[in-house]
This record gives sequence, structure tokens and C-alpha cells, in this order.
Amino acid sequence: MSLAVPSDLALVGDAVELVARHCDVGVLSPRRLRFNLRTALAEALANAIRYGNRHDRTKLVRVEIECGRDAVRIVVADDGAGFDPNDIPDPTTPENVAREDGRGLFVLRHLVDQIEFNKQGNSVCLVLRAG
Amino acid sequence: MGFSLTKDPRGVVVVGVDGQLIVGNRQELKQKVLDALEGGTRRFVIDFTKTGYIDSSGLGVLVSLSKKVREQGGELRLAGLNEDLQTLFELTKLDTLFAITKTPAEALAAF
Repeated sequence: MSLAVPSDLALVGDAVELVARHCDVGVLSPRRLRFNLRTALAEALANAIRYGNRHDRTKLVRVEIECGRDAVRIVVADDGAGFDPNDIPDPTTPENVAREDGRGLFVLRHLVDQIEFNKQGNSVCLVLRAG
Repeated sequence: MGFSLTKDPRGVVVVGVDGQLIVGNRQELKQKVLDALEGGTRRFVIDFTKTGYIDSSGLGVLVSLSKKVREQGGELRLAGLNEDLQTLFELTKLDTLFAITKTPAEALAAF
């Protein structure tokens, strides 16, 4: 399944539901489908729209989904310059914990079994293993 | 899907989050709470009993609202988190910033 999502944050919820329904084939448990997949995809889409495509509605976020027997694999790519995923401050330190933003990547890393960025940092591959 | 507001006899506003609290609808929640704050409400319970997932933008708006309510001398409590959402709050250490109870009734009783 492939999706091209306009860079509009209001569309994130609908895009997530579309993908979640497509992936509702028994690979992931209902709980992981409801929480891990939905939250992880919402984070990845929001990051791509906000920081990648900078809310430019003429740009699309491309999403590729593979629901295999052993795992669900989702690639989310934007047209931005990319970023260094290792250069994100820890949002749980005492000086950061009360900040309103900066938790997206931290949350994302904890929701999936594998996460991999391309070299440029404008495409992320999320893997949720079966179960 | 959406947000529901109810007021108990003591004036505590309970906001139910049905479905999800994410980047696409967080502004709606923010406006509802700020409107109630502007109208004089100082005690809030955000009820997540019917919530499937919350993203980091949703967490961020809760942090923001909690600050604004506290600045006005009030308090915002969270209730009804399922196991996954509770883990999310613990993981991000936001459980240290909020008063969290298992049920809305417990949150109301604690005011």
C-alpha cells in the first residue's frame, strides 16, 4: 500500500486510520495495532509535515506500507533537507521534562521494534514485528 | 471521536477524550479548556477512558494547559489512562508533572 499525504497536520488522523485498517490483518495484536502502530505513524507523519515539508501543502509525505507475515514495515519520506536523529536532546532530563515539545523521536523509538533513517535524514523506516 | 465537556456540581470540568489526542485535534482540546478557564473554571479532569492513543503533540498540549491552569491558581488532573498510555507518561517522565488517577471519579474526589 502506498499513500501520498498532503502536508497538512489535520490529515494525520485520517491517514493513520487508513493505514491501521489496512494493517488489521492479524500480524499485530489488537493492542499493538491500536497503540504502537497508530502513535508511531502519527509521530512520523507529524515530523515529516512539520519539520520536513515545513507545512508546505504543495509537498507530499510519501508512505509505503508492507504488512508481511512476520512484521509491518512502514516508510515515511518527506522532501525536506533531513536532520541528524542523533542530535535530539533527551526530553526526560529535569531541564527538558516540562517542555511542550521535543518528545516525538523519543516516543517513536520506544514504540517500534526497529527504526532506521536514510543517510539524508528525510526518510524513516519503522518496523513492528508480529505479535 | 472528539471532546466532551461536563461540569460537576462543584464546578469541576471533566473533559472526555474520545479516540485520540494528536497533532490534528490538540488545538480543539486546548481551546475548549482555555475557554472554560476564561469562563472562571479552575479545576479540570481530562478523562482518557475512551482514548486509544496520544502522540507527542498531545502530550505537549497537556503540559501547556497544565501550566496555564496553574498560573490561574487551578489544577488539571488526568484520569483513565490505559496501560499503554500510563507507560507513555512514565517513559516521558510526565507522570512526575501530573496528578494521575485510575478513574475520573477518583480525580474528582481528590479535589
